[in-house]
Amino acid sequence: MSYVQNTDEDRKEMLKAIGAADMEQLLDPIDPALRVQGELALGPGMSEAEVIALTRELAGKNRPASEAASFLGGGIYDRYIPAVVRYVLSRSEFYTSYTPYQAEVSQGTLQAIYEYQSLICRLTAMESANASMYDGATSLAEAMLMACNIKRRSRILVPEALSPAVRAVLESYAAGKGIVIEGIPFTESGTMDLARLEELLSVESAAVVCAQPNYLGLIEEAGEIARLARDGGALLVSYVDPVSLAVLTPPGEYEADIVVGEGQPLGNPQNFGGPLLGFMATRKAYMRKCPGRLISATVDVEGRRGYVMTLQTREQHIRREKATSNICTNEGLCALTAASYLTSLGESGFREVAMQSMVKSHTLYRMFSELPGCRLPFGENFFQEFVVTLPSPLDRFMEAAAARRLLPGIPLGDDFPALGAGALLVAVTEKRSRAELERYRDLVSEAGGET
Amino acid sequence: MSTTIFEKGRSGRRGYRLPENDCPAEGLELPVQRTGPVGIPEIGEQEAVRHYMELASKNYHIEKGIYPLGSCTMKYNPVVNEEIARLEGFAGLHPAQREADVQGALELMYGLERSLSEICGMHSFTLQPAAGAHGELAGMMIARDYFRNRGEERDTVIVPDSAHGTNPASVVLCGFKPQTIVSDERGLVDLDDLAAHLSDRTAVLMLTLPNTLGLFERDIDRIVGMVHEAGGLIYMDGANMNALLGIVRPGEIGIDIMHVNLHKTFSTPHGGGGPGAGPVGVSENLADFLPVPRVICEDGRFALSYKSEKTIGRVHPYYGNFNVFVKAYAYIRTLGARGLREVSENAILNANYLMSLIQESYHVAFPGPCMHEFVASAANLKKHGVRTVDVAKRLLDYGLHAPTVYFPLIVDEALMIEPVETESKETLDHFAGVMNRIAAEAKEDPKLLHEAPRNTPVRRLDEATAARTPDICWLD
Amino acid sequence: MVPEECQFTKEHEWVFVEEGNVAVIGISDYAASELGDIVYIELPEVGSHVKQMDPIGTIEAVKTVADIFSPVSGEIVAVNTDAVSAPEIVNKDPYEDGWFVKIKMNDPGELDVLFDHSEYTEFLGEQEAADADEDDMEEEEE
Repeated sequence: MSYVQNTDEDRKEMLKAIGAADMEQLLDPIDPALRVQGELALGPGMSEAEVIALTRELAGKNRPASEAASFLGGGIYDRYIPAVVRYVLSRSEFYTSYTPYQAEVSQGTLQAIYEYQSLICRLTAMESANASMYDGATSLAEAMLMACNIKRRSRILVPEALSPAVRAVLESYAAGKGIVIEGIPFTESGTMDLARLEELLSVESAAVVCAQPNYLGLIEEAGEIARLARDGGALLVSYVDPVSLAVLTPPGEYEADIVVGEGQPLGNPQNFGGPLLGFMATRKAYMRKCPGRLISATVDVEGRRGYVMTLQTREQHIRREKATSNICTNEGLCALTAASYLTSLGESGFREVAMQSMVKSHTLYRMFSELPGCRLPFGENFFQEFVVTLPSPLDRFMEAAAARRLLPGIPLGDDFPALGAGALLVAVTEKRSRAELERYRDLVSEAGGET
Repeated sequence: MSTTIFEKGRSGRRGYRLPENDCPAEGLELPVQRTGPVGIPEIGEQEAVRHYMELASKNYHIEKGIYPLGSCTMKYNPVVNEEIARLEGFAGLHPAQREADVQGALELMYGLERSLSEICGMHSFTLQPAAGAHGELAGMMIARDYFRNRGEERDTVIVPDSAHGTNPASVVLCGFKPQTIVSDERGLVDLDDLAAHLSDRTAVLMLTLPNTLGLFERDIDRIVGMVHEAGGLIYMDGANMNALLGIVRPGEIGIDIMHVNLHKTFSTPHGGGGPGAGPVGVSENLADFLPVPRVICEDGRFALSYKSEKTIGRVHPYYGNFNVFVKAYAYIRTLGARGLREVSENAILNANYLMSLIQESYHVAFPGPCMHEFVASAANLKKHGVRTVDVAKRLLDYGLHAPTVYFPLIVDEALMIEPVETESKETLDHFAGVMNRIAAEAKEDPKLLHEAPRNTPVRRLDEATAARTPDICWLD
Repeated sequence: MVPEECQFTKEHEWVFVEEGNVAVIGISDYAASELGDIVYIELPEVGSHVKQMDPIGTIEAVKTVADIFSPVSGEIVAVNTDAVSAPEIVNKDPYEDGWFVKIKMNDPGELDVLFDHSEYTEFLGEQEAADADEDDMEEEEE
């Protein structure tokens, strides 16, 4: 099964038209000595029924978080996905199209991405947004490169309360450009140590990164961080959770220069961590320094409104080694997903997603606060995610929870040893019910009794 | 023209509704800051669906017709693979789940890595890179750390002038200096120019194979020998791997690092610009430099290993575009060894056949058998005042998609055509017929081309104004 | 500026010398029309010092970008902010309103290596002839 339609008869006719005796003649440029001898060791092909059976069996060996009471977060969240969203992105007009190089026959994709850009601008209160990047981590890395390019400086200050995975990607990108990343510690309240930030800022600092909320779920004093960055002559790069922006101050209001984040929570399935959706917004003044594609509205020769890719001279296919980035393929379908997610919820529905997440997470926090043996190091200044420290080791607890189809959170002990081996990052989205919160409480309470 | 979703919104309309919140907010201290509206339009579900269907109707896509973009490998995206990738057992996994709960996912990734290694003759693969250009970057990082580890100071990467723009851009992103070498009169790497550029500063030769002219480097053996002799590595941009499945295993001919595009060769859809996936394969001596985590298999159990001292680190926050892996895995298993070979043979046959059908009307840049694609030129129509862009736009009027235009840069008025293996002979005949007719129109009635397209949702758009004063955000 | 009174580089910049050894720089109408619709111009800051044939800015059309090279060495004493805010004037009027920068020259002797107008016209003629040759070859192959 190869989806090839040519019959033997077709092949004969085609070779004849080409003027070739056989296939061998077409392969002439490849020295026979360099060719594969025999067949690849991949085995025979499969029928559709067989491949469905095989992959179902693999899928069956997994226990998806989406079907459990999942309190896993750290950037990827288990949220309700409206059927409309799934329907839109299952339309082949969108998913089997290419990058909109021929604008006249790609107006669907172009307008959808224009609307996505506009929605990201509204969420962040920024003036311009690009057509998407791979994920939050690489968006932050690109923001770092962009800031260093704008400021012609090569040091970046990042919070230590940042996702370790995101930090790791940042380090990989920084290495290539000789950029130095310095960590800003967090205080005992779990938020950025502003006094340290002030000391660390120097004439070499291109940007300060503010994660809002930070990896520990806490809400930073973003306005103050922005002011310190500005006074230090550095740009402010905000790394934000898009859903939190329904209830937190948008970065444009505290004058962030570049805003990036992970857009998975906007209607994209968890998909074991990919594909994700990196979004990026910035000031109009920095639009030409921005990586990735940009869609602009314009008019056609008859004066009708239409959309095109614009400012393409920034990009690799024209500026090559002088381009703002090497990005080409992005995550267009995930951006379409985000746009259709936001519009199917609407203003009040979207706000409710954020509010329910906040209320439910704070409810669980209060439940935990009444349990002995359960420590809550950082208070209630969080959006939908908080740290709880349980008696360690966690292994047995995690095991017991899994047996009850409950995923308690992400263990933090390895990445943040200061928080103790029993520290867990707990996320509560709108999808969790009161009964699930109670189940979690009971589980902790039982475990506390055992140790 | 379609009105925007913002104009369709009416305050108070509701689409999707959440279940009632069963947790009261009373008594909680909630740190709410934003009180003003975000500005998300409110729209009923029917209107939302109509909006997106109206947009959908304005898109060209593979399920509509041939999509002959050169080096993009726009082949059929099997619908069964979409169904499989949506299985909750795959789509519903969180990346921080315990290994015991994701054995099937790890097994699939392990299987895909092994299959790609077999197909490409490489020692091992990482699936992390989210796209081809991302794979190039990871590959360059591997090369950089490899030389650093050996204590060698090599800072230049040689890139042929026919290369895709991502190649030099990725090189620079990694801190290397790109050097361009020219193509010779055959459209292949100019060996003299290569020799002139190779030195003890050369880290890598970055080669697209077959190259963007659709030609296999006939001297690949010598090229590999020269680069290795100079102490450098060879990176293969595998964007054009659709020509080589079961025919050439790059690792066997001396390629050290390469990426493949799952969204090209392995049939996963392009999604209007993404997501894709650009796994990177390496030879044995470079395996320790691959990103972490690696998927390993011990006694039938699959695990993620972070143990690696030489690793370049991470290029993706998790494991890569897993949903894309599922589709590529299903594709490879469906085709098997013979099916994959059939893909490349038919891709080559289709390209040569199409080339033979249009070479009377268009100048073919480098004649002779091509691989899976070829580059034609509309330079012969210039005398009628017609440019490549006009030919491309006229194709849209006939309900077809245009090839890649004005690339590669080394061919004047280039039309880069890749018909792919899944197109039938009749489709190719039809496409060639239209191409030839357009060449005739260029002579007889060039106005038809200059004013094209007329039969599309919009006609030619004013790109200059958009670039001078971009309107990239809807304002009420 | 009248083209006949300008000098030119091979990169298609023109120079017109004003009083006080100040060189006005722009691009030729040939270059402007080859680029097509000019959409963006980036120019150096007043007060910066440049050497002959240094890239001093960029000029962008929709799908191309080109460097602007300084035909002479000296100090930038003025930049045309009108051209920056409305780049289309370079297409409309490359020799008057579409100038880029004024440079106080260090060494007027550098002008000697540039084309005068008739030499530049000849140079363009050679280039076009070369292009036409290519077209002829294609004609034969048809």
